[in-house]
Amino acid sequence: MPPARLGASASRPGQAPPARTQGTVLPGQDLPRPSGDRPRLRPGAVRRSDVLALVGAAMASMGVTWLLFNELAPFSGLLGEIVVLWTTFVVLYALLVSFDESVQAVRDRLAMVVISSLAVLLLVALAFVVTYVLFRGRDALTHLNTFTQDLSVAGPLSPITQGGILHGVVGTIEQITMSLLITVPLGLTCAVYLNEFRGPFPRFVRTIVEAMTALPSIVAGLFIYTSYILTFGLGKSGSAAALALSIMMLPIIIRAADVVIRLVPGNLREASLAMGAGRWRTVWHVVLPTSRSGLATAVILGTARGIGETSPVLLTAGYGQATNFDPTGGPQVSLPLLAFELFKFPNETMRARSFGAAATLLVLVLALFITARVVGGRGPGNLSPRQQRQAARSSRQDAERFVRAHAERQGLVPPSGLALLLGPPVAPPAAPPVARGPAPAPPTQIHPVVDAGTTGSGTAAPEDQSPADAAGDGEESS
Amino acid sequence: MSATDVTGTFTPPTPTQPDRRPRVRPGDAPDTADRVFRGFAVGSGIAVLAIMGMVGLFLGFRALLALRSAGWSFLTTEAWEPDSHNFGIKAVLFGTVLIGLTAILIAVPFALATALFISEYAPRRLQRTFVLLVDLMAAVPSVVYGLWGAFFLQGNLTGLSRWLSTYLSWIPPLSVTIADPNDPLATATTYTSSTFIAGVVVAMMITPIASSVMREAFIQAPPGEREGAFALGATKWGMIRAVVLPYGRGGIIGGTMLGLGRALGETIAVYMIISPVFTMKWHILQNGGISVSALIALRWGSASDFGLSALFAAGLALFVMTLAVNFVASSIVARSRSGAGAEG
Repeated sequence: MPPARLGASASRPGQAPPARTQGTVLPGQDLPRPSGDRPRLRPGAVRRSDVLALVGAAMASMGVTWLLFNELAPFSGLLGEIVVLWTTFVVLYALLVSFDESVQAVRDRLAMVVISSLAVLLLVALAFVVTYVLFRGRDALTHLNTFTQDLSVAGPLSPITQGGILHGVVGTIEQITMSLLITVPLGLTCAVYLNEFRGPFPRFVRTIVEAMTALPSIVAGLFIYTSYILTFGLGKSGSAAALALSIMMLPIIIRAADVVIRLVPGNLREASLAMGAGRWRTVWHVVLPTSRSGLATAVILGTARGIGETSPVLLTAGYGQATNFDPTGGPQVSLPLLAFELFKFPNETMRARSFGAAATLLVLVLALFITARVVGGRGPGNLSPRQQRQAARSSRQDAERFVRAHAERQGLVPPSGLALLLGPPVAPPAAPPVARGPAPAPPTQIHPVVDAGTTGSGTAAPEDQSPADAAGDGEESS
Repeated sequence: MSATDVTGTFTPPTPTQPDRRPRVRPGDAPDTADRVFRGFAVGSGIAVLAIMGMVGLFLGFRALLALRSAGWSFLTTEAWEPDSHNFGIKAVLFGTVLIGLTAILIAVPFALATALFISEYAPRRLQRTFVLLVDLMAAVPSVVYGLWGAFFLQGNLTGLSRWLSTYLSWIPPLSVTIADPNDPLATATTYTSSTFIAGVVVAMMITPIASSVMREAFIQAPPGEREGAFALGATKWGMIRAVVLPYGRGGIIGGTMLGLGRALGETIAVYMIISPVFTMKWHILQNGGISVSALIALRWGSASDFGLSALFAAGLALFVMTLAVNFVASSIVARSRSGAGAEG
C-alpha cells in the first residue's frame, strides 16, 4: 500500500473555511497554519514535470532512432529499431529526471520505466505469437470443410476447400479422454494419500512424484514406444498415445492437487475429527469440498498441458490421414501432431492446414484455461456470497438435525449451553422440533429437563455463532 | 481442586467419578469405510510408485546395453553414429545446455520485470487481468511457439543476429566462424536455424512459467515490512530492493530453475527450428545446434535396436540433468523465506 492517499481525504488546511458556520465544525480549522506558504506534500500525485519528462524522452528517443536508422548509420530491421528506441528512451529519461531530482528519485523512476516497459513488451510479444498463429490459420479456419473432413479426401496438391483436420480433432478428444480416465482418479487419490497419511512411505512417494515431473516428455513417449509398441507388439494407436500422455500428466496433476489439498486448514480437519467423523468422512465431506475449485484447476491445467503435448504422441500415435475412431488399433493422429506433420510439407495449403490445426488447438487450450479460472478463481475456503449463504443454510439444517437427534437419543431437551453453541433451530420458536411427545426420563439424569418453550425462546444465540461460520472464521485466519 | 498440603508435596486431582465408557482413541479401530479408504489410498500410492518406478527402471535397463558398449567414451565422444558404435553425449548435452542457458538468459529479465510489474506497479483493477494473461501464455502448446519461431522468427531475427555478430563479436559466443560478418553479400542462412533462435523461442515458452512462480513469491511479501520501508522514507524501488526482492529470492531462483528444467526438456519447438550438428561449438548465432530431446525425436524412427538403446542412454542423461536442476530448485525454495506462513 503506498502511503500516498493518506492526505487525500483529510481536510485541506490550504482551503479557506466555508462561510457557513452552522455545519460541522472541524477541529483545527481556526488554528494558524504551521508552516507558512509551503505547499502540501502529496507523494503519490502525478506532477507536470513527470509527464513532461516521459513525453520528452519518448519524442527524443524516436527522433534519435529515426536519425540513426535513416540518415546516419547503416542499421536496418524492425527488431533492431525497437532495441535502439528502448535504450535511448531509458537513457534520455534518466537524463531528464536527473535535472530536477535526487539520485534516489532517478533510480526509482528508472526502475519503474524499465520494469513496466519490459513487462508490456513481453505481453505484447506473447499476444503477437497467438495472433500470428490465428492469423496464419485464417485460410483454413474460414472454410467449414476444415472441421468436417479429414485428409484422406485431399491429395498433396488439392486446394484448401478440400480436406481438413477432423481426424486430428477426433484423435485429440479420444486420447485426452482416455488419459483423463486414468490420471484423474489415480492422481487425485494419490494426492489425498500424500496429505492424509503420515509416515515414510508417503514421503517417498512424494519424492518420486516430484522427481518424475522432471521426466522429459519425449522420454515418456520413448518408454511407451519400446514397451507397449515394440516389446508387446501392440502397434501404434490412440491408446498408446493416451498411455504416454498419462505418464506425463500424472505427476503434474498429483503435484498441483497436492499443493491445493495442503492448503486446506488443519483446524477444519481437526474440527471434523473432533465431531466424531472418521478419516474417510473427513476427506469426503471436508477436505475435498473445501479444495474442490483448486482440484478442478489442477485437473484442467494438467489437461491443458497434455492436450498440447506433441512429442509423446509423435512416437506412439502414428500418422494417418483418415479419421480413426478406434483408439485400440491403427494410427490416430492428434491436433498438435497434425500441426507438426503438416508443417513439414513445402506447399502453402498444407502449411495453412498446419496453422489451422495449431489455431484450433490454441482455441481449445485457451477455452479450457478460462474454464479453469472461472471454476477455480477462488482459493480454498474462499466462498462466493451465494456459496456462503448456502453453507450457512446447510449448517443451520445440520444444527437442527443435531438438536433433534440428540433429543431423541437422550430423551431430553438440550441444555441451553448446547443450544447456544448450535444456534437456533430454523423452525419457528412456537413449534420447536424437540417439543414432540413426552420425554422419557433417562436413568442417569444429570441435567434437569428444560421445558421446550425455554429452548424455543432461548434463541438469543446470534446467527453467526453457528459451527459453519465458526469454521469459516478459522479459514480466513489461516 | 488440586491441593497443596502442609509438607509442600503436590497431590494431583483424582477424578471423583471414573468414566464408565472406555476411552475413545481415534485411529485405533477404524470402521469399514475408513479401512477401505485406507486401502484405496495406499493402493494409489503404490500404483503411482510402480508406474514411475517402471519408467525409471525401464529407462536405465534399456540404456544399459549402449552404456556398457560405449563405456566412459559415452561422455567424451562428440559424434552420434550408434550403428558403427561411435557415439557419445558430449556435443548433444553441450548443445542442450547452450539452448537452455540462452533461453534462461533471455527469459529471466523479462520474467522478473513482468512479475514485479504485476505485483508492484500494475493498477489494482488490472492485476487479475495481467495474471490471467501470463498464466494463459504458460498454457499455450509448444507446437504453436514452434510454428511461430519457424515461420516468423527465422526470417526476422537474422538481422539482429547479424548485428550482434558484427558489433559484439569480441564476446566469444557471439562470434561467427562460417561467414565474415562484414561481408554484406554473405548469405542470410548463416544465421538461421541457430541455437540463438531456438533459445529465443524456448525463452518465450518458459518466461510465463518462471514469471508466475516469481509473482506468487512477490505478492506474499509481508505488507507490514513494505509499509515500514515506505515509512522510513524509501522510494518504491528502494522498498522493492529492501523488502520484495529479498523476500522473493527463493521464488526468483525457483522460477528460474523451473524454467531451465522446461527449457532443457523442450522437444518440438527446438526440433522445428534447429538444424542438427554433432559438434561442440559455442557460436550460438550461426546455423546448427542440437539438443537431447530433438535428437530423440529425429532418430527414433530409423533407429536399430542398439540405436534405440543409445537414445535411451541420451534420454537418461537428460533426465538426470533435469532431475538435478529440479531438486536444487525445490531445496532452495524450501529453505527460503518465501511462502513462510502460508499455512496454518
